[in-house]
Amino acid sequence: MSKPPSDTDIELRMLVEAVYLKYNYDFRDYTGASQKRRVLAAMKSMNCDTVSNLQAKVMHDAGAFSQLLQFLTIPVTEMFRDPEYYLAIRQQVVPFLKTYPSLKIWVAGCSTGEEVYSLAILLHEEGLLERSLIYATDINPESLDAARRGVMPLERMRLYTENYQRAGGTRAFSDYYTAAYGGALFERALVENVTFADHSLATDSVFAETHFISCSNVMIYFNRRLQNRVLGLFHESLCHRGFLGLGSKESIDFSSYAERFEPLARRERLFRKVGA
Amino acid sequence: MSTAAQTPLHGQPDLQAALHGRRFDAVVIGGSAGGVDAMAALLPVLPVGWTLPVFCILHVPADRDSRLAELFNDRLPLPVREAVDKETIVPGTVYFAGSGYHLSVENDFTFSLSCEPPVHFARPAIDVLMESAAEAYGAGLAGILLTGANQDGADGMAHIRACGGFTVVQEPGSAQVPTMPLAAIHRHDPDLILPLAGIAALLPMLENVKS
Repeated sequence: MSKPPSDTDIELRMLVEAVYLKYNYDFRDYTGASQKRRVLAAMKSMNCDTVSNLQAKVMHDAGAFSQLLQFLTIPVTEMFRDPEYYLAIRQQVVPFLKTYPSLKIWVAGCSTGEEVYSLAILLHEEGLLERSLIYATDINPESLDAARRGVMPLERMRLYTENYQRAGGTRAFSDYYTAAYGGALFERALVENVTFADHSLATDSVFAETHFISCSNVMIYFNRRLQNRVLGLFHESLCHRGFLGLGSKESIDFSSYAERFEPLARRERLFRKVGA
Repeated sequence: MSTAAQTPLHGQPDLQAALHGRRFDAVVIGGSAGGVDAMAALLPVLPVGWTLPVFCILHVPADRDSRLAELFNDRLPLPVREAVDKETIVPGTVYFAGSGYHLSVENDFTFSLSCEPPVHFARPAIDVLMESAAEAYGAGLAGILLTGANQDGADGMAHIRACGGFTVVQEPGSAQVPTMPLAAIHRHDPDLILPLAGIAALLPMLENVKS
């Protein structure tokens, strides 16, 4: 039933290997189908008729690589995406977080910052932002720059406002941004305690002990081996009985860490590290 | 001028001829507007002991959970589940794509989910599921496209055909909304164009085709 790899599949493997050797970005354990779609989209946009041509271009031109990187990473997200997730954090994780004198929170794979700003707003409304240190990490420098700027498209505000309300928001969402630079500029105070940093879940190691890690819709792009590595990092980073939040369709069941996290809110994929 | 020859029963020899030499490993069925009714008419023909995996995808609203798997699990004699990220595909199981994420089939016959932008305003998109399944199963895939109000699925069906697979489009006149079948027929030359009753007669035959 299994077919031999197509020419494109062979070329794709060579491309990610070349990218790893040359630029130290490791996409070798990303899932195949969506990565293939994104590389094909990059080929089209960068006027290459084969993946091999794209590879040659990227090998000899760092600018071309940074163009390709915008396709390989997936900066498609929204604020308070899956409002039930944020509502469950508010109701089921925040009461525990309030017992700590200071908090360290890690938003892993923060992309262009939507999840960071959403969490910062939630923490602010719960009186926790001032004593929180948030690490927001990603591998894409352009995404990190966008996250630091905190300017979101104005036309998204209607959707984000609805999401915010469904997520249990207690204020007027418009209090958090002003129209500026042709977009919605979010309050600087929200990210005063946020450290935006370059960090790869595929190649880097743990950098801090944390109380809560939020990583939604990142691990779906990883194969089981890489998912396992990432859950290992999270397990190592989390403090005793720390909290982990994943995207609503993500599973840890196939991982060797399945037994080391217990579900706190099953549907919302909130987990708690099992005690030693 | 016999009209009897056009009834599904009498059409069956043609179906057998169309399937001659084929052997399938999986079936993918897509639809949109009117698709729930069409699938409710179609899926119950799958018999007890059916062994192929069946991937079903309907356009569902992104902002709430889909209940399609539950709904059909109560109606079919086969296990019906929502496809889970990284899950290995199990034969004889009917899978539905959940809401808010694209569903793909990987070459190692597992599922993967993704949040890439909507395709034809749809996430999950039929094109994404069909194209990835075509890459994984090649000639072993049968694709069925039902009623719907947009263009999604046309590229997916064409890709199934290009990878050697078999394509069946619901006859537009018999579809609740003909846009989707028409777009697929315009985009590629399907192996069969059948009314829903014809597809219902064909579906159980996909498993036992001999070369």
